[in-house]
Amino acid sequence: MADSPISDRIARTLVVLPALNEEGAVGEVVAEVLRSNPGISCLVVDDGSTDDTAGVAARAGAHVARLPFNIGVGGAMRLGFNYAIENGFSTVIQVDADGQHDPSEIPELLQELEGADLVLGARFAGKGEYDASGPRRWAMVLLSRILSRVAGTKLTDTTSGFRATGPRAVVLFAEHYPSEYLGDTVESLVIAARSGCVIRQVPVAMRPRAAGTPSHNPLKAATYLGRAMMALVFALMRPPIALTTGSIDNR
Amino acid sequence: MSLASYILGILAALITLGVVIEMLRRRRLRERHAIWWLIAGVLALVVGVFPGVLAWAAEVVGVAVPTNLIFFVSVAILFLVCLQHSSELTALESQSRILAQRTALLTLRIEDLEKAAQASPPAPPTSPVD
Repeated sequence: MADSPISDRIARTLVVLPALNEEGAVGEVVAEVLRSNPGISCLVVDDGSTDDTAGVAARAGAHVARLPFNIGVGGAMRLGFNYAIENGFSTVIQVDADGQHDPSEIPELLQELEGADLVLGARFAGKGEYDASGPRRWAMVLLSRILSRVAGTKLTDTTSGFRATGPRAVVLFAEHYPSEYLGDTVESLVIAARSGCVIRQVPVAMRPRAAGTPSHNPLKAATYLGRAMMALVFALMRPPIALTTGSIDNR
Repeated sequence: MSLASYILGILAALITLGVVIEMLRRRRLRERHAIWWLIAGVLALVVGVFPGVLAWAAEVVGVAVPTNLIFFVSVAILFLVCLQHSSELTALESQSRILAQRTALLTLRIEDLEKAAQASPPAPPTSPVD
């Protein structure tokens, strides 16, 4: 794929937006994704929203899959990976539906994906103004250090919801993407790294969230760290999953 | 031990076994879930009919007060039942998540096919080949 033109690559790329009650932001995000990357396809996975997320997304031009009830980001993404395989997409890009990621940076992730299976858009890598502080920041730094060792590359923002997945990892994740809390970020990295996927990161600018503010409560940060560490330890204790090259499993 | 408490012990065990077996018979309970309750019922019946068995077992494992052995075994069985239920709950959650994903994917596919069918006029019905 190294010499294929960028437009061809974009045509085989699916942008997946897991969305829960994001009717206020999702329409603009979908429009921006389609506007800044002509020819790209966009799938919004409505994770059991009680508002008009699905309707807004459909009117903005996205394909919309509606989950009958809330199953979490991991489950919504797994749906996205399966949709990609069944509809001939080779690359999946996850973007948050709340508008904190800049869709015009998608080509940078795709570019890095040329030599990797999984590319993270990292918020702390020196671009943009996004900054978490206090205990939550320490938790994220510690997590990043450990996951960098597992992945064999320097990762500074392992909980980023802005990531690109290449063909090998799409097949792997369609079957094995974890659905537990934090599994979609922490454990998926461990699964990918131990399956032999090449993981890279590119710095991205992060915009302030359209709604809601990140928490600075130390107790919540501690809980977050605890759960993240538990997810990490159990992910490392599970047997590695072998990469199946190209085979499409429809279950 | 009075005769009344002797009878009470046996009756309780028999009722437990009766309820479990009846539920099994009506398919309200699967064997894999009933097995611990059956074991508990049978143990209770044996101990109820032959209290000597309990005293003997307590002495063999070195429990000074035989009643404590009953508590220990009861808690152990309840613990195992709980653990089994947690495990089954995990499996069920995972299955329902996958079903939710599949129904969402199928619904989307049907919608796409309907749109495609509306966009292009339907093909004339092919005559059956006899």
